[in-house]
Amino acid sequence: MRIGDAKQSYEADEAIWTSPTQKVWLGLFLLILLIFPFIVDSYLLYLGCLVGIAVISTTGLNILTGFTGLISLGQAGFMGVGAYTVAWLSINTALPFPVTLVLAGLMAAAVGILVGLPSLRVKGLYLAIATLAASVFLHFIFAEWEAVTGGMGGLSLEPAHLFGMKFQSDFMMYFIIVPLAVLMVLAARNVFRTRIGRAFIAIRDRDISAEILGINLLRYKLMSFALSSFYAGVAGGLFAYFYRVVTPESFPLSMSIFYLAAVIVGGMGNLLGGILGAAFMTLVPEALKLLTAALTPFYPNAPVFMSPMLEIIFGALIVGFLIFEPHGLAEIWHRIRRFFRLWPFRN
Amino acid sequence: MDWLFFGEISLAGLAMGGLYALIALGFVIIYKATRVINFAIGEIMMFAAYLFLAFAGGMEMSPWIALPLAVIGGSILGGVIEKTMIRPMLGESPISVVMVTIGIASILVGLVEFIWTADPQLLPNFLPREPVFIGELYLAPKIAYGFLIASVLLIIYLLYFRFSRGGVALRATASDQAAAYSMGINVRRVFNMAWVFGSLAASLAGVLVAATGGLSPQFGIIGLSVLVVVIVGGLDSILGALVAGVFIGWLETVAGAYLGGEYRMPATFLVLAVILVIRPYGLFGTHEIERV
Repeated sequence: MRIGDAKQSYEADEAIWTSPTQKVWLGLFLLILLIFPFIVDSYLLYLGCLVGIAVISTTGLNILTGFTGLISLGQAGFMGVGAYTVAWLSINTALPFPVTLVLAGLMAAAVGILVGLPSLRVKGLYLAIATLAASVFLHFIFAEWEAVTGGMGGLSLEPAHLFGMKFQSDFMMYFIIVPLAVLMVLAARNVFRTRIGRAFIAIRDRDISAEILGINLLRYKLMSFALSSFYAGVAGGLFAYFYRVVTPESFPLSMSIFYLAAVIVGGMGNLLGGILGAAFMTLVPEALKLLTAALTPFYPNAPVFMSPMLEIIFGALIVGFLIFEPHGLAEIWHRIRRFFRLWPFRN
Repeated sequence: MDWLFFGEISLAGLAMGGLYALIALGFVIIYKATRVINFAIGEIMMFAAYLFLAFAGGMEMSPWIALPLAVIGGSILGGVIEKTMIRPMLGESPISVVMVTIGIASILVGLVEFIWTADPQLLPNFLPREPVFIGELYLAPKIAYGFLIASVLLIIYLLYFRFSRGGVALRATASDQAAAYSMGINVRRVFNMAWVFGSLAASLAGVLVAATGGLSPQFGIIGLSVLVVVIVGGLDSILGALVAGVFIGWLETVAGAYLGGEYRMPATFLVLAVILVIRPYGLFGTHEIERV
């Protein structure tokens, strides 16, 4: 049992890493992230990159939905804006990837502010449907504005580059995606120690009370939209560099639902939850693929049933977590941690 | 401008709108009674349509037996969903409940693909084939008779909710749950009945829509059009569902005919966006006043 960690100052209470044990574990985790690409095969490396992109986007959606209480069904649309920005810039300019990614984020943030504008008048489910409308319009623009987006055929782009170095392989991309994911999660963690983050949480808990406390609702809601879609834009930009082709069908409505599901399964309003949820939801389909491959020698029909099974499992995970574990994977994680911390006592 | 063509397109659109109105009614019944936004309504429709396919196509029953069986199947599905997955979410935040219905939608799509494969299917034709003329305007028979059947059920529903005991209980629960409960209305039963009745309307519309347009696991997309209808009409307004249903059906068909299929969704969603900005609670919905 861990004892004697009474905090003596507000700073200690506010600190992100409260104990040396935590720092050691974190250091170990970062070390594993660093040596991961050197020891695994290309498939796991590919999965690592996918999880990294998903973590960035889920963290963004978590800021909006989990911390500010605004539901968005437009996350895939915002990612699309980022991806198309990166694709267009890489085709028409010679900007290096840090610049294009930031521009992708800013572009998505601008669109996010536009979409967030109705949020002063409508909220809750009506807002969710307003964001749904936005994603329909964005999809329409991606498909029809052929001069810029290449229409249904989409755009193919050059690999990301910096100082003449080309990031062509998954191995190289890993070193862009994962550090960026770590950085952006850390940035999100810090936002919630500031006035802005606190304002978001106050709006989530009760928007009218927040307004009475002097929080400018429109301003902070738009800020939350902007921040969240900035994350989505960067994730979309990475997506574009990773697959090097962007089409309107890359960002369907089901992708927005996927990220919402990741936030819920991980734990709404919990950054660790967002990370766990993103990793979990990305890896479940892959695990199912492995299972199908293992079963095919015995049941030749197995591959036929894989895609329906995936739909059923996806839905069952959402329903199951909401009914039985509403605080998501993060809560399970905390329970496990509590067990070890309090051992040998129970609870 | 060719007025005859415009008239025919409009007529087809209005008839399609009648079906939308029926689905929207099912949606509004569920929302009014239980305050749940049902994103799975398109998938419930799809499930009923597949049941019809199994009964009429697979088991070779007469379509007129298969149709009621499929509709009953769909409403039982609605009742079961309410009992097992919506009931436990009572009192949770609306976001969570909506996500549960999205999860249910995904489960239903998976189940349908599992049983009937992902290939598109055609329903056996059971509606009369003679073309229908209204004045000089031609109307495809499937759409015309679909509209006719939908309107019959719509009228039965409206009369039922106006005059019957169950209908009064439902409206009482919708207007004040606690008061209804203390007056001896079995609120749990009303919740369940709302899901059964709502799914029944959706199931019938599902079979009718699938009979005109074919059936595949992507059929549930129609749920998005219905969402537009209920938001434009007002989530808790039956009148709104009828008016907006007919209007959105018309707009979608006209936009599809004149501008091309890719404009159907943006056109209706544009109306939705405008309505959300001008009247956030819909054309006929109640403006809820929030108190801290």
